[in-house]
Amino acid sequence: MSLLKNVAVVSKECVACGCCENTCPLNAISVFKGLYAKVDLNKCVGCAKCQKACPASVISIEKKEVI
Amino acid sequence: MESKKTWHNYLWIVSALYLVLGFFNILFAWLGLICFMVPLLIAILDGSKTYCNKYCGRGQLFELLGGKLNLSRNQDIPRWLRSKWFRYGFLIFFMTMFFNMLFSTWLVFSGVRELREVVTLLWTFKLPWHWANNSTVSPWIAQFAFGFYSVMLTSTVLGLITMLLFKPRSWCVYCPMGTMTQGVCKLKHKDYITKENN
Repeated sequence: MSLLKNVAVVSKECVACGCCENTCPLNAISVFKGLYAKVDLNKCVGCAKCQKACPASVISIEKKEVI
Repeated sequence: MESKKTWHNYLWIVSALYLVLGFFNILFAWLGLICFMVPLLIAILDGSKTYCNKYCGRGQLFELLGGKLNLSRNQDIPRWLRSKWFRYGFLIFFMTMFFNMLFSTWLVFSGVRELREVVTLLWTFKLPWHWANNSTVSPWIAQFAFGFYSVMLTSTVLGLITMLLFKPRSWCVYCPMGTMTQGVCKLKHKDYITKENN
C-alpha cells in the first residue's frame, strides 16, 4: 500500500553542508557520503524545517508517493 | 524536539576565540591550519564531509548570529552564488591567493623581503597590525601568521556579509574548504556516482 504525503526533496545542486541534517527533528535527512543530502521518505513528514535552514535553497517540499 | 547538545555544538566559541586572539598575538593564527587540515583529512580518509556537518565552528557561529540572534534576512541565496562555476571559481581564486601568501612567506624566509606587519582584508585593504606581538619568532613564522590571519579574517567578513544578506550559513554554499572536500568525496565515491547516473 502506498501513501501520498509531503516530503522534502533535495535537488542535485546540494552542497552537502549538513544544515538540514542538524535541523531535522526526526533525523529523516542526512548527508550521504559527503555528496548530497538524502531524505528517508518513511521518516520525513514534510515539516519544511530543512527547507528553511538550507543555505543553498535546494530543498523543496513536494507531494510524493511513499511505500 | 530539541536534540541533546554535545561538545562539538560549542565549537563556535573556539572560532570566535581564534579571531579575538589574533588581535593580541598574531602567532595564534597558526592554529587556523587545523581548519584546513582536519576537513581535508576527514574527506580523504573517511570520504565524508563530517567536519562541515558537525565540527565547523565558523558555520555554528554564523548559525548563532544569523539564526538565534536573528541578524540574517533569511532570504534565498542568488542562483549564481550556488552555481558550480562560482563555487569552483572561488575555490581556484582562494587557493591562488593562498599560494601567493605562501610565496610572500618564502620571500621573508629567504631574506628577499622584510616582514610586513599588516593584515590584508578582502585581498585589498592593508590594516596595520603591529601591536600583535610577534617578537619571539623568526620573521617568516610571523609573516605566515599575518598572511593566514588575513585569509581567516577575510573569509569571516565574507561569511558575515552573506549571513546578513541571505541565510545564516550562506558561507557554507561557497566555502572553499566545503567545495574542496565535496570534490574529494566525489572523487572518492566516483564509482557510486557513475552507478547512480546509469
